Amino acid sequence: MSNAPSELKYTKSHEWIRDEGDGTVTIGITEHAQELLGDLVFVELPEEGASVESGSECAVVESVKAASDVYSPVTGEVSAVNEALSDAPETVNEDAFGDGWLFKVTLNDSAELDDLLDADAYTEVMESEDH
Amino acid sequence: MLIFEQSKAGRRATAQAPLSKADISDIPEQFRRKQAAALPEVSEMQAVRHYTRLSQKNFSIDTHFYPLGSCTMKHNPRGSNELAMLPGFLSRHPEAPDDHSQGFLACMHDLQEILKEVAGMKEVSLSPAAGAQGEFAGVAMIKAYHDARGDTERNEILVPDAAHGTNPASAVMCGYKVREIPTGDDGDVDLEALREVVGPQTAGIMLTNPSTLGVFDRKIEAIAALVHEAGGLLYYDGANLNAILGKVRPGDMGFDVIHMNLHKTFSTPHGGGGPGAGPVGVSERLVPYLPVPMVAKDGDAFRWVFEEDCPDTIGRLSAFAGNAGILLRAYIYARMIGREGMARIAEYSTLNANYMNKLLQEAGFEAAYPDRRATHEFIITLRKQAKELGVNTMDFAKRLLDYGFHAPTTYFPLLVPECLLIEPTETEDKASLDGFIEAMKQIQQEAETDAEKVKGAPYTLPVRRLDDVRAARELDLRWTPAENA
Repeated sequence: MSNAPSELKYTKSHEWIRDEGDGTVTIGITEHAQELLGDLVFVELPEEGASVESGSECAVVESVKAASDVYSPVTGEVSAVNEALSDAPETVNEDAFGDGWLFKVTLNDSAELDDLLDADAYTEVMESEDH
Repeated sequence: MLIFEQSKAGRRATAQAPLSKADISDIPEQFRRKQAAALPEVSEMQAVRHYTRLSQKNFSIDTHFYPLGSCTMKHNPRGSNELAMLPGFLSRHPEAPDDHSQGFLACMHDLQEILKEVAGMKEVSLSPAAGAQGEFAGVAMIKAYHDARGDTERNEILVPDAAHGTNPASAVMCGYKVREIPTGDDGDVDLEALREVVGPQTAGIMLTNPSTLGVFDRKIEAIAALVHEAGGLLYYDGANLNAILGKVRPGDMGFDVIHMNLHKTFSTPHGGGGPGAGPVGVSERLVPYLPVPMVAKDGDAFRWVFEEDCPDTIGRLSAFAGNAGILLRAYIYARMIGREGMARIAEYSTLNANYMNKLLQEAGFEAAYPDRRATHEFIITLRKQAKELGVNTMDFAKRLLDYGFHAPTTYFPLLVPECLLIEPTETEDKASLDGFIEAMKQIQQEAETDAEKVKGAPYTLPVRRLDDVRAARELDLRWTPAENA
């Protein structure tokens, strides 16, 4: 079973969200998600400055097995994207919760974070998939 | 070794060499290439050996059992090929007048009629050149229908999560938003979830039935009623038509539009990207929007039907009438099989799949839907082997090659972890099926006693395990001469 760091928030669709405490969040896909996907060969990221809506598709991660949409867990404006991934998509496999982050969003409403899963709830999601 | 690497200046194959220099005086100077093309210079013997060796490396339906699920890979009768290659067909010019093309037009008209009957549809257009284009045409007709009624608020197409990836792509190409419908644990569409999302914004739903999970959705009539009541239309993805041919008709299930992959179900060569043929059939209300050209019969004469006769058509999808050669092969196949034969295709393909499903389960393999009867294909999941033995689906697939079997589809559908989607087709005999099952048992035993052996497979093929990650990351598709490299 993959780990789920307790300081992060999660979605059922396997994104993680780190609250940076300044009205922005960093978003990536979880260790579990990268394990399911296998070796990534391509990452498509949103444009900086684009508005994203909670639950909408905003990035694509592609492995040798499958291409998978990444959904924005929050509503706001993309403030940064991880450009380094275009040359090194494998970073997501190697360090999903760290250097493999995908993009940052400036939140419209920070209360939105309360609706996301905590580490325990996400661990349950992973377990229920594994039954 | 590439044929380019065998090249030596001055070598030539006389039989293939042009007899005279082509006259290029009518090609403007700026369009003429400045450098000669880097064509290989080889002798006839070298060329013959090169391509014969390549063909010997081919692992194909002509040499091996090929249980590639979700994409019917069945035997293509040589008879279809021979007849489609008759000089009258091969030499026919697509712009020849109708009265010079009566034979070909008669075949196309008959094929339209046959497909209408098979699908239970009002009219058929043969023109889409592949499945994805058929999907595009189908959704474009749904849009044209709503637009013509002034019903322009409908902006959503519903697609179950088990669908082929082309379905949402086709919907988006036509300007729709896609809404995903979950699948229940039994493999059928989750009817409650559908009820929640269907509404006045629903333009239609795209369904594959039997689905990619290898089961027939038993609630199809309820689904059709729900979507129709909301004013939406039903699109049938014909990818799995092989399972129900001559047994159940999509039109009778309530579908308004269907595309049929002739290159799958009607046994014409495909794979490697084409050519294909994806005719569309429609119910009464979509008839005006069918793509042109089609073939009509006036008395005893056949003629092309173009935009003038169908002012509301969504238009043309290709030059002329799609892939004529593929359509011809499908027509000949259908005539050889006959009406009774259609049902036998469904019976034997389903029988073969259920036989294998049962025996593999008896051998200890885990079926994804053990409580469901399989259609023409079924899924087993190797998640236990992956977890407990460290041997995953790809390892099994590669090891199967050593045993002389092409791997089934791996890792699709995405809903089932570590899955193999197995489709034997009706054209395989019991000995092939038993051989495959025996190989699976032996690989299982190897996985338990010598996992590394399975993980290192294949051993007996021209190439070993390829680095698919590096191949995708560093695309290298074009040969360049060493001095320019």
